Amino acid sequence: MRTTNRHVRRRGKGVGVLRFVLRRLFWAVPITILVTFLVYVALRLGTDPLASYLRINQRASDKKIQQYIETNGLYEGFGGYIRGYFQWLGGFLTGEWPRSIKGSREVWPEFKDAMFNTLRLGLTASFIGITIGLGLGIFVALKPGSLRDSTVNTGAFVAVSTPPYVSALLLQLVFAVYWSRWFGNTLFPTSGVYPPGNQGFDLPLMLKHMVLPVTVVVIQVVAVYARYMRASLLEVLNSEYMRTARAKGISERRVLVRHALRNALIPIVTVAAIDIGAILGGLIITENIFSYPGLGMFFLDAYGNGDFPQMMPWMAFFTVTVILFNLLADVSYAWLDPRIRLD
Amino acid sequence: MSSEVVLSLRDFRVTFNTMNGPVQAVRGVDLDVHAGEMVGVVGESGSGKSVTFLGLMGLLPKSAKVEGSGTVRGTEIVGATSKQLRSIRGKRVAMIFQDPLSALNPTHRIGTQIVEMIQAHQDLSKAAAMKRAIELLDIVGIPQPDQRARQYPHEFSGGMRQRVMIAMAIANDPEVLIADEPTTALDVTVQAQILEVLQRIQRDLGTAIVLITHDLGVVARVADRVQVMYAGRPVERATVDNIFQHSAHPYTQGLMASLPSTSGERLIPIPGSPPNMLNPPPGCAFAPRCVHALAKCTVGDPPPLVLVGTNETACVRAHELAAELAGEVVGNV
Amino acid sequence: MTDRHAPSTAPGGAVVETTDAAQGLIKSMSPARLAMKRYLHHKGAVVSLVILLVMALFVLLAPLTARYGVNESVFQTSAERPNFNLPPQSFAWFGTDDIGRDLYSRLIYGLRVSLMIGLAAAIMGTLVGVTIGAIAGMRGGLIDDILMRVTDVFLAFPFLVTLLVARSFLSSIPWLEPVIGGITSVRFVIALFVIFGWMPVARLMRGQVLALKEREFVEASRALGASNTRIVIQHLVPNSIGPIMVALTFSVSGAIVAESTLGFFGYGPQPGAGQTSLGNLVGQAKGALLPGYWWLVVFPCVTLVLVALCVNFIGDGLRDATDPKLDMGAK
Repeated sequence: MRTTNRHVRRRGKGVGVLRFVLRRLFWAVPITILVTFLVYVALRLGTDPLASYLRINQRASDKKIQQYIETNGLYEGFGGYIRGYFQWLGGFLTGEWPRSIKGSREVWPEFKDAMFNTLRLGLTASFIGITIGLGLGIFVALKPGSLRDSTVNTGAFVAVSTPPYVSALLLQLVFAVYWSRWFGNTLFPTSGVYPPGNQGFDLPLMLKHMVLPVTVVVIQVVAVYARYMRASLLEVLNSEYMRTARAKGISERRVLVRHALRNALIPIVTVAAIDIGAILGGLIITENIFSYPGLGMFFLDAYGNGDFPQMMPWMAFFTVTVILFNLLADVSYAWLDPRIRLD
Repeated sequence: MSSEVVLSLRDFRVTFNTMNGPVQAVRGVDLDVHAGEMVGVVGESGSGKSVTFLGLMGLLPKSAKVEGSGTVRGTEIVGATSKQLRSIRGKRVAMIFQDPLSALNPTHRIGTQIVEMIQAHQDLSKAAAMKRAIELLDIVGIPQPDQRARQYPHEFSGGMRQRVMIAMAIANDPEVLIADEPTTALDVTVQAQILEVLQRIQRDLGTAIVLITHDLGVVARVADRVQVMYAGRPVERATVDNIFQHSAHPYTQGLMASLPSTSGERLIPIPGSPPNMLNPPPGCAFAPRCVHALAKCTVGDPPPLVLVGTNETACVRAHELAAELAGEVVGNV
Repeated sequence: MTDRHAPSTAPGGAVVETTDAAQGLIKSMSPARLAMKRYLHHKGAVVSLVILLVMALFVLLAPLTARYGVNESVFQTSAERPNFNLPPQSFAWFGTDDIGRDLYSRLIYGLRVSLMIGLAAAIMGTLVGVTIGAIAGMRGGLIDDILMRVTDVFLAFPFLVTLLVARSFLSSIPWLEPVIGGITSVRFVIALFVIFGWMPVARLMRGQVLALKEREFVEASRALGASNTRIVIQHLVPNSIGPIMVALTFSVSGAIVAESTLGFFGYGPQPGAGQTSLGNLVGQAKGALLPGYWWLVVFPCVTLVLVALCVNFIGDGLRDATDPKLDMGAK
């Protein structure tokens, strides 16, 4: 419902951003196809789906083997790869996914569970981590060079230099091994979503199991975002328009919030959109250590078995996620920063 | 132009605490700005002309120490609380800066930025403030102000942006408008337009204007009085005609001589460079570069401004040099 | 892709109007000396450099500083006095592993291998990245676009996943094997990291080229008839040396951490001939948790973090030292 009113030309936001999004979407499709194709080729060459199948199902009949080859489009030769890829793509889009090589299980149900587990973990950790991180960043940017600034900076630096599995290992050491030795009980469990044998939905128990993995991820996230916010805010605070804002005689709070923070958040929002995707990915390692059945474990198991029918949907899911998040980042940047328009 | 003083500086000093030690950027400025007059403050980079007024407005970083007295119609600003400062900034004393692109917030619309200025000091609704903002844009000569108000700074040209800054500055009808090198970043033709806007403001609204610049041509065009600064101190002060027709301080004279003229005379630059403000030399700071310097110029405190004929000048030899010029015999040294 | 607007601060905007010309000493400061001076201001970076040098010394003088051979048992095992999984004590400062080898010595040898991997991968990756980035930046056009978009996607993928997929892929190409070795060799791991390491550096270099391409000194050079290659080599690379060095440093720490990550999951290099790497040692930590052999976990992890931290600090110091925005010392 757009009326072209000659007196008020609505330029800027609505139309420009829409066109921008459409153009990006237009490119996103071929890129997704290109990347998933490359992945398809890499996996087929690298993990040798047929050999893996034979390894797992050693007593499979010839008929079953042939069935496997056909369902997964494992044709040889260059043309065969192309054909196989499109066959896979068709199956993927229509929801008819080939079954796993282990016991011919359906891929989707396990994938769905894993996905929810990971999302729960990732989103919780992201939310907590980003909030704390941004807060810390603001806190120290207001007094650069002070003691609290150095402390937070160094802490963040150490956290960023510590691979997540190191913190995970150390946390596990403390809580899994020593806590029970010292205190006799297990405060925070270190594996799984629920203790083995648990049925149904139990919130407190689930939360207890999430504490340690979430902490590991939160450490990383806080460190990264605190540094982002500090850098961004410092750069803004040193900008000339801050001086103009102060020269207006408005309250310092208003200066900080409406001018400094607002402008400092722009680059962070765009990075956050991409970063959340990275956080979800980095969970792989954490999940492995805490035996948390999420997408990370899903992939590692699949990779270890050479389970092609399980790996492809996983890769496709991630490709789409990554591209979508990239798009989101670009769009939000265009929306928030009026200097970036119509590309 | 009345003789009522709206802005008064007395022994105004600014010192910066830097890694290498204290830097005396401003070493004692006295100035009176009268209602409705345009005072040009002239000097090269490092003379302290901008720092003086930034310090007055409290816009310098925390490493800067401001001392002395700066009053707006009797209200002392130096040492004022932040609350007092805020009631003065934007309302009684407004400031515009050199580079309007970086001085305006790139993510806020122009209209919004002016409205913010208005609502900071006047009790108006958003709609009323926006209406006033559009009027202001019109006053400074921006065409189609109602549409332009919805645009962002990067959609304006340099000259337009500076007009926007001026509009914002006069929003609350301040008594003094401090313009810090407003034309330096602009083309020559646009410079003239901006100066014309400033003059109109001076005339129609009665605002006193402090025009800080390094460009003598700008000052010649629009200022009523001129104060020349060097090494953190004023060295000469007079009406614009008197400065240009017979300047009394060797530095000012040097400046005039280094201006290209249409008669095609050779440019005579002033030899040397300005002093290091970490360790300002004793006596007159210009002495090392001055052709008339004698031993007595380099000792003691920096010379104060003294009236010599029609100009106030900070040169201990001013009288002697004037007499020399008049052809009389020079007395003792 | 997302280029931020860098506000230009005109001279009049600088707050300190001091000129330290004429009076006082004029010391000639080349950019390199200036950078070194600034680097020394960054305390963390200086300390890290010292620590790293000490570590390097330890590692290089390995046969002297290690107390046992890399595969040598602490002493002959026997039923009464088993030599495996012993806690730290006088003859084994960091304890022993599951077949009685001294962790301290193994850590030294392992660190040597990992440092080598890190340096080699980083240097080669940076060289490749600078080349590709420069080409992409200078040529522009469709190739540049596609290159950037595709690397964008790969960079955003979970790191471990891309690593594992690439690992499988590389090992399946038969004619590659003589060049980069088998899947568990050190050469392979280096090649793997180079294949991933070049992407961030390429983006960086491309950004630099784009930014500097329009500067006057390049125009001047072109006016004198310089070819594109010459411009890149003589002007663009030297002017980007700061960010390149920073990227190189972070590549080193990235490679070292990546190697240990791979090792943790058991996909790391098995250097063979009884050698070991940091990744190897960290990988053994997993199994040592439950029984409570904390030394097998703590020491390799702490070493890893220490090395990564030091390298990162050095990178941070280099970044401060070469940041053009910090050129005017005025605050």
